[in-house]
Amino acid sequence: MAEPIDVKTDVLVIGSGAAGMYAAIEAARAGCSVLLIDRSLIGRGGATVMAQMTVAVALGAEAPDHWSHHLHDTLTAGRGLCNEPLSRLLCEEGPACIKEMDSWGVGWARKDGKITSAFAPGHDRPRCVYVDFLNTGPAVSKTLRIVVHKTKGITRKGDLCVIDLLKVDGEVAGAVAWHAESGAPVVISAKATIVATGGLTRLYRRNSASTNMGGDGYALCLRAGAPLIDMEFVQFFPIGHLAPRLIGMDPIMWDPFRYKLGGRLLNKDMADFTDRYGVPEDGKYVITRDLGTYAIIKEVEAGRGSQHGGAYLSFQHVPAEKLREAFGPVIDRLADNGIDLTKMPVEVAPIAHYHMGGVAADVKMQTEVPGLIVAGEAVGGANGANRLSGNAITEAFVFGREAGRTAAARAKTMQAVPGGNSAARASVELIRGDPPKEMPNSAEMLVRLQATMSDDVGPLRTADKLKRALATIGELDSELGDRPFGDGGAFDMQRLDWFDLRNMLTVARTVAQAASLRTESRGAHQREDFPGMLPQWRVNQQIRLDTKGLKIDQLPASPIEMAAQ
Amino acid sequence: MSETATLKIWRGQDKATGKWESHAVPFERGQSVLDGLRWIRVNKDPSLAIRFSCINANACKECMMELDGETVYACTARLEPREMAVAPLSNKILVRDLVTEIAPPAERFAVKEK
Repeated sequence: MAEPIDVKTDVLVIGSGAAGMYAAIEAARAGCSVLLIDRSLIGRGGATVMAQMTVAVALGAEAPDHWSHHLHDTLTAGRGLCNEPLSRLLCEEGPACIKEMDSWGVGWARKDGKITSAFAPGHDRPRCVYVDFLNTGPAVSKTLRIVVHKTKGITRKGDLCVIDLLKVDGEVAGAVAWHAESGAPVVISAKATIVATGGLTRLYRRNSASTNMGGDGYALCLRAGAPLIDMEFVQFFPIGHLAPRLIGMDPIMWDPFRYKLGGRLLNKDMADFTDRYGVPEDGKYVITRDLGTYAIIKEVEAGRGSQHGGAYLSFQHVPAEKLREAFGPVIDRLADNGIDLTKMPVEVAPIAHYHMGGVAADVKMQTEVPGLIVAGEAVGGANGANRLSGNAITEAFVFGREAGRTAAARAKTMQAVPGGNSAARASVELIRGDPPKEMPNSAEMLVRLQATMSDDVGPLRTADKLKRALATIGELDSELGDRPFGDGGAFDMQRLDWFDLRNMLTVARTVAQAASLRTESRGAHQREDFPGMLPQWRVNQQIRLDTKGLKIDQLPASPIEMAAQ
Repeated sequence: MSETATLKIWRGQDKATGKWESHAVPFERGQSVLDGLRWIRVNKDPSLAIRFSCINANACKECMMELDGETVYACTARLEPREMAVAPLSNKILVRDLVTEIAPPAERFAVKEK
């Protein structure tokens, strides 16, 4: 049996999206040795690379703006639940990070030499920078990969899937990882550990992120003793691509089309319908994500949905040359898929996109557990009950940079890297454990989990649906058992699924239980049996894991001063 | 009767002992080869090793493999209602089934023999 491989570093960064890479750069600039790991390739998985367009920032380059206006819009979109200090940090520090990315050559779109901004729903003015065409995510990832590469002190290693955080004397002291390529256990000892693993969209059947976004960071932090907050708030992106099937296109690709060209959202009678739900659009893109999702689902329920159960999105009124001017090569990729937007609408429907909830942290990105720092989407609270378009990448930059600083400051106060070998034993044994005699199909179990989350813990919820979901999660838990599937050899996908399910089932339970308790409707959490937003529910639900299971406390939300203005 | 695609897949951890294995996959227009491989994992054999992250967007660039002898991304190669031969990249070190070592050398974790 392979002995665990020991690695030591000042700062461990788990996850190599924008938040993880920015954190690694910042910690290394402060003089620390940094180990940047990812369960997949470095800087290619996660959510960042999938971003299509908007990055919200009060840059004021083209027209006057101030971070306080951005904050006002963020708090309004968050429907009273934002952790205001975190929201403020995002908005106030956004411009510095956007400018730094610009200096690194990301290539923000410009007009007359100035960085240009698009208008996105929920913002009071054009505020979203981007990289053409539909290239924001790839450009951001590539730029950060290059800077990571050039920054002295950062070691990058892929195919390392973290199984558990390492806890020594009540503090997080690194992590135990499973090296997917070889099957070997790896014990990483670190003075400070940053969890930058993104969100949980993989819990849902149709989602817009990568397959490695199964909420693993939430489960890791929960098991290490850090509380989660706002887990009931899963953002659905209303106009995810539904039909016809496309190859080689990101399902959230229609957002940029709407930003630039408006477009019309139509029902089966080719009629506008969002006015029925309180938001007349008239060819402009103004409906926020929570309301757009609600309107499409309700229209489908009323029997007025598109052929495949969504809505039609039409650009037929836009001349061909204007489409070409706005999207150039993308028009050719659509043609390869048999789509001519001047002649036909496409079908769109809500798709899991982002998680507002996450690990509770202060403005230094420090969690309740010493040594454990979080960054990016893994952090809960900055976006309350509903995230404004464009805040995710900004949050990744700002929170990543802050996390890197906090980790470096802690590392500098410590003499030696804490040794964690004895604390690692249980996780190491799990990694190299023998499989059970009976192994259900792990890939099918994942599909079953995604089905119940989509059908019963989706955008519109009821007590009965949530109860059914929790029962299914319980059944899957028993099928999973406590011994990992597969042979434990090289690139053992059954073992990978097993470790993923172990985390995903925990995280699915936090979402479903928090949603069951919240007997009102607010932002991304809509209860059909409790349709109104209630003042007494201006609370954040905080979740801990103890020996008896999940424990949920209701804490009053932070005072919102600016949102009330 | 509905159409099927037959994926003939190279399986194994060693080039000398690996073998071909065929699976019939229900065919639907607009599916990718990766969709077919994922269908096999869910419905037939979860032990099939494939490397992918972004599923459909061709953003992660992880799903490189050989289709009928040519290097493709499985997510942008269209599934077709015929026999399609899928193999690991022949110019990369084999890990298992369709997975090869594609990360830059500096980003690979070296597992030393102990």
